[in-house]
Amino acid sequence: MKKLLLLGDETIAQGAIDGGISGIYAYPGTPSTEIMEYVQRSKTAKEENIHRTWSTNEKTAMEAALGMSYAGKRAVVCMKHVGLNVAADPFMNSAITGVNGGLVIVVADDPSMHSSQNEQDSRYYGKFAQIPFFEPSNQQEAYDITREAFRLSEKFNVPVLIRITTRLAHSRYAVQLSEREAQNETSFPQNPKQFILLPSIARNRYKSLLNHQNDFLQAAENSKYNKYIEGEDKSLGIVASGIAFNYLLENYPGGKCPHPVVKISQYPLPKNLLKKLYDETEELLVLEEGYPFIEEQINGLFNYGKPVHGRLDGHLPRDGELNPNLVAKALKINYRQGFDSPDFIANRPPELCPGCGHIDVYNALNEAIKDYGNERVLSDIGCYTLGALPPFNSISSCVDMGASITMAKGVADAGIFPAVAVIGDSTFMHSGITGLIDAVNDNSPITIIILDNSAVAMTGGQPTSGEGRIAEICKAAGVNPEHIRKFVPLRKNHNQMVEVLREELNYKDVSVVIAERECVRVLQRNKKLKKQIVKN
Amino acid sequence: MKKDIVIAGVGGQGILTVAAAIGLAAMEEGYSIKQSEVHGMSQRGGAVISHLRISDKEIYSDLIPEGTADLILGVEPMEAVRYLSFLKSDGWLITNSKPFINIPDYPEHEKLLSFINFLPHSIIVDAEDIAKKIKAPKSSNIVMVGAASPFLDIKKENLEKAIELLFKSKGENIVKSNIEALNAGLEAVSHKV
Ligand SMILES: Cc1ncc(C[n+]2csc(CCOP(=O)(O)OP(=O)(O)O)c2C)c(N)n1
Ligand code: SF4
Repeated sequence: MKKLLLLGDETIAQGAIDGGISGIYAYPGTPSTEIMEYVQRSKTAKEENIHRTWSTNEKTAMEAALGMSYAGKRAVVCMKHVGLNVAADPFMNSAITGVNGGLVIVVADDPSMHSSQNEQDSRYYGKFAQIPFFEPSNQQEAYDITREAFRLSEKFNVPVLIRITTRLAHSRYAVQLSEREAQNETSFPQNPKQFILLPSIARNRYKSLLNHQNDFLQAAENSKYNKYIEGEDKSLGIVASGIAFNYLLENYPGGKCPHPVVKISQYPLPKNLLKKLYDETEELLVLEEGYPFIEEQINGLFNYGKPVHGRLDGHLPRDGELNPNLVAKALKINYRQGFDSPDFIANRPPELCPGCGHIDVYNALNEAIKDYGNERVLSDIGCYTLGALPPFNSISSCVDMGASITMAKGVADAGIFPAVAVIGDSTFMHSGITGLIDAVNDNSPITIIILDNSAVAMTGGQPTSGEGRIAEICKAAGVNPEHIRKFVPLRKNHNQMVEVLREELNYKDVSVVIAERECVRVLQRNKKLKKQIVKN
Repeated sequence: MKKDIVIAGVGGQGILTVAAAIGLAAMEEGYSIKQSEVHGMSQRGGAVISHLRISDKEIYSDLIPEGTADLILGVEPMEAVRYLSFLKSDGWLITNSKPFINIPDYPEHEKLLSFINFLPHSIIVDAEDIAKKIKAPKSSNIVMVGAASPFLDIKKENLEKAIELLFKSKGENIVKSNIEALNAGLEAVSHKV
């Protein structure tokens, strides 16, 4: 079989294709986006007719994947860490229903928040749902584990979670592929009541999940992805999970660590492996990317007085991602320091692209709202969040997808008028519509500016699910059609835009202003693609 | 053989193409590589970095440890200097001279360049000017690949092969002008090596 140079995300996609999936469901989000994008480019996926279009949000993705599993086929669902908050309801309940066809949930965490609002650790969700979960330590394992996860899912009749982090998702390595499995035939669950979570049935289903806990544990104890690696120097035992294992080996020539090591990539935590390490060594050091998930459990499991070091006792920073140097420090290994950068190096934060329509909207909004102030402008997540930075300083919040509309409503409910929401088209489709309906039902005096650039621009310009239908959707949600306004955000339209915004700010009910102009980056990309097609 | 390379620039400058070209060529030589990249928010005109690791042995970490990089390759001078903590004491910093100024507090260009010149092993190349001269204005990133090539221990023909692979879909002319850019970059440093 051949080797391919793939991003961690792409190895998971390839593993899912080779694992015989019939569908992949996802909503874009860094660092998970490239999983779906790879399947969308794949020739095999096309030939095999694998379902591979973007979902409107993570919850719809999770549910559609569960439906495919119900119908007997294998499905994978991918999202960034905060996406699992959105999909948490179907996710938690899928642990109770169990699966029919194999169901794998891939969640990409973003420690250090390179492109995220927080750095939550999805392993807690795995434990919360009480399902088996994996944390691959490198690209090859990511491929193999994806294959394994489907088998485990069908063997134990549970959804299985794979947790990766940014540096694995976005790093390339040559990966050895293995034989592709065929897709499952469709079939309904053997037990026709399996998916009916009425209390009487759900109680039984939950018991069945609990009865499987020991199987999950045994699978982890015997997993080839978890290992006890012998070491002469027993003054210290090391637990390293996921990519932290690589940072450990990096610190020793030839990867030969003198201390005993337990490497963990499959959960629930293999207690026997850990107990052996605890008993045989004098102190433990826990290396893990994310929250002190293992460290806390070790403290709880064997609290017999031996020191356990890690993120909780300051051997490693409490927040942010790890790297080889932080691990060296925790190991008390001296490492070479490079050169100092001079003080005059300035920060270079991301910014809106020149010519972006969001710029024109913010210029107009700042003028229209001058007399009131920007504190009353609630916003959301996307490229337009950069409007919080100078020179715009236009918006005062960015919390979670869809929160602009509902927070503006809350601000209005508190008695502030006017209140404004600024939201992107994809974010509006993702989670804005339900909030809009709340606002309509309460006749909330808010102005909602929808930035319709026909793209999920922040994550690389994927298509949006509401393409060309935003105004219709607002009308159907009950917004007075006279107060659904549109303009094209261009500098030459500045005065008109200010005028429209002023009028709608003064309207004492829900109004929607749609700024319609394609993302310039997507426009350029499409032009280039066209040129290439003509040439070839 | 081990080469750890930090590639630095601004989102949109083609850092990932630089990494891909060198990475593919290294694989062509039979080496292992790991290449970590930045996707997401900073690609909107922010600081972008890629760690490219080449070795004939197993590579563990996706990130290069500080103080061990053999080379910092800058497609933008301030960005190259930003990551100096990665450079080992006898490592090289090779950078494009042309600043990308999209922030109000960008340092004085002269000060920046003289700082770079003062480093023990550094080369400054006017990649943009070179790319313009060979009428391939969009290829200054590949000019920098050429400028770095004497330090890579990778045959030039393999770099050319990699460039062909990368640009094939864009047509023969684009392949040709990028190979020209590679050679022009190499030429620009040949008297300094
Ligand atoms: C729950 C959740 N899913 C995904 C993301 C990743 N994400 C950030 S912004 C964004 C969408 C932005 O699209 P849009 O609202 O159209 O704004 P644009 O970037 O096009 O301006 C996504 C998917 C997230 N932050 N939270
Ligand atoms: S990618 Fe598109 S939406 Fe985002 S800043 Fe650039 S032009 Fe604007």
